[in-house]
Amino acid sequence: MPQIEQLATTYASQVFWLLVFFGIIFFVIGRGMVPKVMATMDGRDKQIADDLAAAEAARAAADAEEESWRVQANKQRAAAQALIVAAKADAAKATEATLAVATARIDETLTAAEARIAVARAAALGEVEGVAAEAAQDIASRIAGLSIPADEAQAAVKGVLAHG
Amino acid sequence: MRVAEGKVDPVHQFTIESLFGTDQWAIGGYNIAFTNSALWMAITTVVLIVFVAGGAKRELVPGRWQMAVEGLTGFVDNLLMANIGKAGRKYLPYVFSLFAFILFANMLGLMPLALFGVHPFTSTSHFTVTGVLAIMSFAIVLIVGFAKHGLHFFSLFVPHGTPVLMIPIIFPIELISFMVRPFSLGLRLFVAMMAGHVLLEVLSGFVISGTNAGVGIFFLAALPSFFLMIGICALELLVAGIQAYVFALLTCVYLNDAENLH
Repeated sequence: MPQIEQLATTYASQVFWLLVFFGIIFFVIGRGMVPKVMATMDGRDKQIADDLAAAEAARAAADAEEESWRVQANKQRAAAQALIVAAKADAAKATEATLAVATARIDETLTAAEARIAVARAAALGEVEGVAAEAAQDIASRIAGLSIPADEAQAAVKGVLAHG
Repeated sequence: MRVAEGKVDPVHQFTIESLFGTDQWAIGGYNIAFTNSALWMAITTVVLIVFVAGGAKRELVPGRWQMAVEGLTGFVDNLLMANIGKAGRKYLPYVFSLFAFILFANMLGLMPLALFGVHPFTSTSHFTVTGVLAIMSFAIVLIVGFAKHGLHFFSLFVPHGTPVLMIPIIFPIELISFMVRPFSLGLRLFVAMMAGHVLLEVLSGFVISGTNAGVGIFFLAALPSFFLMIGICALELLVAGIQAYVFALLTCVYLNDAENLH
């Protein structure tokens, strides 16, 4: 086995060159390049974490915005609803008032008309009485040759009219 | 490979050959010749630097290459996070270097570069290499443990809820199991890599000798061995990854002992 046979003659060279090349690897790569590689990786991980955090914050902000918008919208809707209710009440009141005025006017007109009708009827009735009395006087003088005074004829007609 | 002798020497692939600086290069009397093992460590380093540098573009939306590098670093980071917790981040440079070096060295040793006339050498199949890596991990555990907890670190060897009567027995057992850690850590990787490569080499020896021995032996031994090799190559790629993972994982587990004590 050369590892043992050549041990005495080569160990110094082996150890020396190993230390030289391992030293180069350690200082050039281990101390020089690996930290840079790790810094790059850490920086990338940090950036990803930061970006995720920013996205999360943005999402939270959007949620809050939406929530406030919803509250605002609800408030406005409620205000609009109140406005509609008030307007409806006002309109109903106005209608009622107009209706009352109109009813009063109609009633008045109706009453006047009724009074006029009553007057006309009374007048008509009086005329009928007069005409009937004259007719009765005329009939009596022609058929019986009696001359009946106007008062009597009138009373008789009234009695007949009253009895129907 | 000494094919000329009619058979393949399965451990020849682990032979270290000096490329240059064999005689002159030395530090304090120790020869530090640049060997094929050192060459493949250098290749591992270069490939690893190219790979990580290609992916360290720091773009917000990663491309494929950056994704691969970030996957690898993220994998080691998760390993530390799962075993040590938040405090594990500071060990990332070391554990990543360890994991990536072992993984790339294992993988490069398995590449079929012999087709292009290059013989890959698996530096992690030498316990001199894996041993140094294990001792480094173990030393960091000791340094961190004693620096953070002082002598209280010895309470690691007395698990929670141990009856007082049992402490004299438990303490040495825990101490021994703790001291064995660097050996188990280093030898596990070395043995796994070496065993796989020896197995592949032995099977390839069967294929070569079987093919040379005639048509009957070819169909009886060489062809099945060849198909077995294909399967074992896939298995070895898995082992290469798993051993790198195990090494990094155990380092994390041991570091957790030092960092959080219990």
